[in-house]
Amino acid sequence: MSVPGAWYLGLAAMLFTIGGVGLLVRRNVLIMFMCIELMLNAVNLTFVTFARMLNDIGGQVVVFFVLVVAAAEVVVGLAIIVSIFRRRTEATADDISLLKG
Amino acid sequence: MIAQLDPINLPHVEWSLLAPELILIGGALALLMAGTFRRDRTMATASCIFTVAAALAALVASWGIWQDVGGGRGGARLAVSDAVVIDGFAIFFTVVMCIAVALGALLAHGYLRQEKLEAPTFYVLMMLSASGGVLMAKANDLILIFLGLEILSIALYVLAGYHQRRDESREAAIKYFVLGSFSSAFFLYGVALTYGATGSTNLGFIAEFLGTQTVTGGVLLGGFAFLLVGLGFKVAAVPFHMWTPDVYQGAPTPVTGFMAAAAKAAGFAALLRIFFSAFGTEQLDWKPIVWALAVLSMVVGSVLAVVQSDVKRMLAYSSISHAGYVLIGLQAANDRGIAGSLFYLLAYTFLIVGSFATVAIVSRKGDRRTGLEAYRGLARDRPGLAFAFTVFLLAQAGVPFTSGFLAKFYVISAAVEARSYAIAVIAMLASVVAAFFYLRLIVVMYMGEDQVMAGVGPETSTAGDGAEAGGGGVLTAVATRVHVPAAAALAIGLCLAFTIGAGLLPQPVIDFARHATLLRL
Repeated sequence: MSVPGAWYLGLAAMLFTIGGVGLLVRRNVLIMFMCIELMLNAVNLTFVTFARMLNDIGGQVVVFFVLVVAAAEVVVGLAIIVSIFRRRTEATADDISLLKG
Repeated sequence: MIAQLDPINLPHVEWSLLAPELILIGGALALLMAGTFRRDRTMATASCIFTVAAALAALVASWGIWQDVGGGRGGARLAVSDAVVIDGFAIFFTVVMCIAVALGALLAHGYLRQEKLEAPTFYVLMMLSASGGVLMAKANDLILIFLGLEILSIALYVLAGYHQRRDESREAAIKYFVLGSFSSAFFLYGVALTYGATGSTNLGFIAEFLGTQTVTGGVLLGGFAFLLVGLGFKVAAVPFHMWTPDVYQGAPTPVTGFMAAAAKAAGFAALLRIFFSAFGTEQLDWKPIVWALAVLSMVVGSVLAVVQSDVKRMLAYSSISHAGYVLIGLQAANDRGIAGSLFYLLAYTFLIVGSFATVAIVSRKGDRRTGLEAYRGLARDRPGLAFAFTVFLLAQAGVPFTSGFLAKFYVISAAVEARSYAIAVIAMLASVVAAFFYLRLIVVMYMGEDQVMAGVGPETSTAGDGAEAGGGGVLTAVATRVHVPAAAALAIGLCLAFTIGAGLLPQPVIDFARHATLLRL
């Protein structure tokens, strides 16, 4: 018995939502960062599922591109986080509030 | 199994058609290498000249391709196995990106020296970022647009945090990074849903598919919505604008100028191409949403700009309202509207870089004096600079005989032609509101008490400016005249020449935008 494709799409949509909501409600910058990764991987799952449903290799190739881009984002993102929290003890977004208005 | 597979057909790559982005990427890598070998003061000037030269070389290369495409020899065409489209539209945005790099580099030179920041890396990131923008304009595939978007954005995240010693700059970087990645994820999910609904990520294929088949159901609509959210973040359209004021204010001022010009142009290149070309048959679905985005951006951008006391923040809100005007052209969804949007983006590039160039000069060492008070008496202190800034502000407000007036005129007349009378009226009302804060700044420059020349009291007047409440040491240098670096003066001069030139003799620029629109694939 195989699992229907729609279930994978539903799972991916759920993961994407968890990532999106997590990014908005969590205050720890590293966890926000993980939420972004979760969103990107939910998209990967969507691509693979559609590729399987459409019987098209293109969607699976896309995943490689997304993985590379996500890796590049991690490099830059962690560097920014390190530079901002070098002089702080906690990585909390609420402390970053010089700019507002 | 493996033996049965066909051999891989490597696509034919037309390198000459990719020359502008290859020049930018190659230049960036060469400068990166050179920067590791030599680290002295001459390197700063050399990298600036090199970057401007690379941008000009890319401009010349685009001009060659324009001759090729427009001259009837090749015509608009697809390249690199249909992943890249070489047409007037793509070349137009390549030109805009090259101009943004050249002006941004001129503007950065004095700033980097004044703030004692490392020079070559800055220019390297700028060129890489622009190459991503060029790629977005040329892409004929949603995945390529995503790659271009990320190349553009990742370099900009670093640039926003380039002034590492300033807390504001680092804060701008983290905010831009988190919200930028968030929007990229949305864009990518939109790509995935569009792929699922149409069976391809190629824009030509999608247009053909949607033209021949009726697609019903939520998947395609979801794709539209997510793509619009993702690109709406990039071009800073309301309600996806929350990051803009903070990032524009916190980032180093030359970066803000470059970011405002380049990221917005690239975002609109993708937005116009995806929605007008690929999703053109589904206009009834996306036009109302674009209408709402345009109206919200114009109104919210203008109204919130009025209450700002920080000039960088005010310009950030005004750039949000400009995004609304460019969206009018897309909402009209006719050739005149798209040509209007292109003209608007080109005019806006010069206006915004010129404006932020002035802000960079006035904010002086430390990049802190960006409050309205810092502009008091600028007209007597630096008449030329004040005059240039006045022209930029009047042009942004849409005063006749400037490029900004014609830009607004073309998008609004396109909306009238498309019978969207309501949005045309709202656009005109919003520009009246916007005129208030541009004029207020001009009044401060010309009519403010001349505290600077008298040499007394500027300290007290700036103390109310929240951003610099902590920096007591900065205030001692205030009484001296602002220093105008030669390169920045050149950039301002070029912006001024274009703003007035295109206002008085608009025909060549309009023809360029119109041809670019018609030469679309």
